[in-house]
Amino acid sequence: MSDAPVTAKRTNRLGLDVTSYRGSKTTLCAGCGHNAISERIIDAFFEMGVDPKRVLKLSGIGCSSKSPAYFLNPSHGFNSVHGRMPSVATGAVLANRSMQAIGVSGDGDTGAIGIGQFVHLMRRNLPLIYIIEDNGCYGLTKGQFSPTADLGSRAKNGVVNDLPPIDTCALAIELGASFVARSFSGDKKQLLSVLKAAISHRGTSMIDVISPCVTFNDHDGSTKSYSYVKDHDEPLGEISFIPYFEDITVEYEPGSTTAVRMYDGSQLLLRKVAEDYNPSDKVAAIRVLHETARRGEFATGILYIEPDKDDFVESLNLVDTPLAFLPTDRVRPPKAVLDEIMESLR
Amino acid sequence: MSTPLPAAETERADARSQVVNDFSIQVATVNGSGSQTANLVLLRSIFQMGVPVSGKNLFPSNIAGLPTWYTIRANHRGYISRKKEIDFLVAMNPESAKEDVVSLEPGRVVVYDEPLKLNALRNDLVFYPVPFDKIVAEVCSDAKLRRLVKNMIYDGVLSELLSIEIGEMEKALAKQLGKKPKAMALNMGALEAGKKFAAEHLEKRHPYRITRMNKTAGQILVEGNAAAAMGCMFAGVTVVAWYPITPSSSLPETLIGYMRKYRMDRETGKATFAIVQAEDEIAALGMVVGASWAGARAMTSTSGPGISLMSEFAGLAYYAEVPAVVFDIQRVGPSTGLPTRTAQGDLLFVAVNSHGDTRHVMLLPASVQECYEMAMEAFDLAERLQTIVFVMSDLDLGMNTWMARPFPYPEAPLDRGKVLDEAKLREINASWGRYKDIDGDGIPWRTLPGTNMPAFFTRGSGHNEMAVYTERADDYVRNVDRLARKFDTARTIVPAPVVDRDATAKIGLIAFGSSHWAVEEARDQLREESGLRTSYLRLRAYPFTPAVDEFIRQHDRVYVVEQNRDAQMLSLLLMDGEAQFANRLRSVLHYNGLPIDARSVSDDILEQEGLRPARHKDTAPPANQPQDQRTYE
Repeated sequence: MSDAPVTAKRTNRLGLDVTSYRGSKTTLCAGCGHNAISERIIDAFFEMGVDPKRVLKLSGIGCSSKSPAYFLNPSHGFNSVHGRMPSVATGAVLANRSMQAIGVSGDGDTGAIGIGQFVHLMRRNLPLIYIIEDNGCYGLTKGQFSPTADLGSRAKNGVVNDLPPIDTCALAIELGASFVARSFSGDKKQLLSVLKAAISHRGTSMIDVISPCVTFNDHDGSTKSYSYVKDHDEPLGEISFIPYFEDITVEYEPGSTTAVRMYDGSQLLLRKVAEDYNPSDKVAAIRVLHETARRGEFATGILYIEPDKDDFVESLNLVDTPLAFLPTDRVRPPKAVLDEIMESLR
Repeated sequence: MSTPLPAAETERADARSQVVNDFSIQVATVNGSGSQTANLVLLRSIFQMGVPVSGKNLFPSNIAGLPTWYTIRANHRGYISRKKEIDFLVAMNPESAKEDVVSLEPGRVVVYDEPLKLNALRNDLVFYPVPFDKIVAEVCSDAKLRRLVKNMIYDGVLSELLSIEIGEMEKALAKQLGKKPKAMALNMGALEAGKKFAAEHLEKRHPYRITRMNKTAGQILVEGNAAAAMGCMFAGVTVVAWYPITPSSSLPETLIGYMRKYRMDRETGKATFAIVQAEDEIAALGMVVGASWAGARAMTSTSGPGISLMSEFAGLAYYAEVPAVVFDIQRVGPSTGLPTRTAQGDLLFVAVNSHGDTRHVMLLPASVQECYEMAMEAFDLAERLQTIVFVMSDLDLGMNTWMARPFPYPEAPLDRGKVLDEAKLREINASWGRYKDIDGDGIPWRTLPGTNMPAFFTRGSGHNEMAVYTERADDYVRNVDRLARKFDTARTIVPAPVVDRDATAKIGLIAFGSSHWAVEEARDQLREESGLRTSYLRLRAYPFTPAVDEFIRQHDRVYVVEQNRDAQMLSLLLMDGEAQFANRLRSVLHYNGLPIDARSVSDDILEQEGLRPARHKDTAPPANQPQDQRTYE
């Protein structure tokens, strides 16, 4: 209405409005789940009040890996090599430990060509939000199965997948990631909570987001279609995330909810649905994954969390100053050192 | 001997006369028998007596049980390339002993383990049998240690037979063993027992002697990989990612030792560096690219097979213009090839490594000092040019022990290249674009994350000057043409060749890397033995500077000496040089996995010049080159 008052733009704790978190216009297909994920990333970084200039965006190759161009324009981004985002992210984070890093990969980028780097990144517990935009197929090359496609899932051309899927969450838990979640691009609320919790976490946050491919994998017979995922999404419980900078007290019935204190002081409240769901128990988490998979369902939510585990930067005992910005006198030893080495070689 | 005696060896004409400080020793042992300490003591004690010396380990790709040879060359003129002929053999390995002895030239000397009865094989050599097992049993009560201690006995025997001062051997041993009094006493006992045995039982019937000189005073002994590691540390490297591979591993491993000792923050005790053993070479270069992109000085080290895996990232670093430093310690290949043998076989592969139109800067160190200095130059060039720079060392340079003057402390500040800051941004203001050529040298300005400078999106796919995705034909062409211009800028700032021009010479030699030492000696051989004068240009980098074309123009024939089969450097010269001079270029190729020697170079040039009858390369090897021909599976 023309006479309605102009409302002030909503700003976050840094005084930035959401436009500071947007990216370039997407070139992905209309309705692509990946675009919904980009939207949630924008919301999460905005609501958490993260300075976009303090963020590194990284990706491999594929539809998913294009998406860092579609969020956080003020951040430096690196669309690298197919399956190799983990190594580039590792180098970048080691060079500048003060940055918040987010890596976007796909199910082919991670589960096939990049499985080796994925495995070793999880082992190292690198401080990185690692998102798999998981649609069970290769989009950019027109619909071939990826390693997360379910056994018996049908491709658009009728071919039936005859290999079992890799469960990237089970793998990540097994390998040492300290925050492992699965979500659905269509579940705005859950995905946003998961992402906000991941921002608060120190260490690797591995989030597998089922993100249907509207062009090549959204038909009957596919187990990664919108309707299939919607019908088979099995949330483990309700997630409430309370950032450390918000003064909110939530009351909950003891025994019904698990409260997790995040590294930055934020609070994660996980209201149980399943009786024995315990997000700090690796074995229980893997059991839940197996049991839901056997029923043809997707267990979604925060599957496993270990908030205090040392990350890779800690284990390398790095100085606080980013390595990239150490001045010469801290990286070039004095002449006396060269003299000492020369003397030892005489 | 049917061939004329080389000038440098005329002293050997009479076996009764002395050959002083000019001969080679080869110790043949079994891989894994712990002979390295004894061999280094031998090398170091000669060095400490002031005699120029070099040591080369010819070893198999194996942990234990296969034959291995350590060759030491002492030379009063200072020649330190491998000597082709073996003068003094220590035969400890039953498996190779027979062949080792059969291949010697007449008049040479063999110290051998008595039960091998090698003296029955030839009657034109000097044989010294030594009952090693008997002697070691007397000085070492622990049967388990005897195999190791036995090696020190041959050092003792050689001390007596070659007049190497035992005091220097003791000093050298102390250097090896450090503060281990028990091991020191045990080994000294073995040294002395060997010397005593030789003094009492072996009558000297050979001419070889070491006598004190003063040609090594103040010098150091070091491997190229250790020198390169030092260079990386003084270059201020902060991120290192690597994957184990022979002959490269000792570079990062030595670097880890130095960094832990000298690069922990004084106040906090924390590391001013991150060193990661990556899951493979792909990840190693990926980490380097990520770290350099974020502003760190980052490097990796590998060998040929690792470069294969790095190719995709090498292309990305070139096209996305991210600095990176890669050491290629070359070995023999294709495929696994001969992983413990030396070569200069990755030149063509590296120069254009990756798909599409790609050119890379290569630095070509010839000495341990250049391994140290070029490590620093590589980081400066990589950041200045915003590209990947390869340092092309090899197994001979990297893993063998070389004499050198102490390295100079770097005086120049680090060149961190064109990194945009507030002041520069104000100066160029709105005209900044990540891939915009503001200065006309093809090198754009970059920004680093976390510096509050404008961000950009790095990608390997087509991008315009503003780093925005594009597949426009004109944008692509403009960008790759600028990259070519940047490569021309590289030409003006890479290390220039070293030229030694003889104005009277019609012949020029071009060489690089570890071939340098053999080429220097070969030039002396050609001049002194055949009156053939030569000029010499030593390449130190690719792309070539204009001095290279000029050198070729100045000579009728130019021999390019290199350690590969396919004349790879010559091919690069043909690719990049002035076509009308192509027919002046000839090749001298050495590619059998052994370090190149001077005689092979001078003989080859004499043959091509028609000054010496051609060898029949397909027939049995002449007696003087057995080491080059034998094979062990």
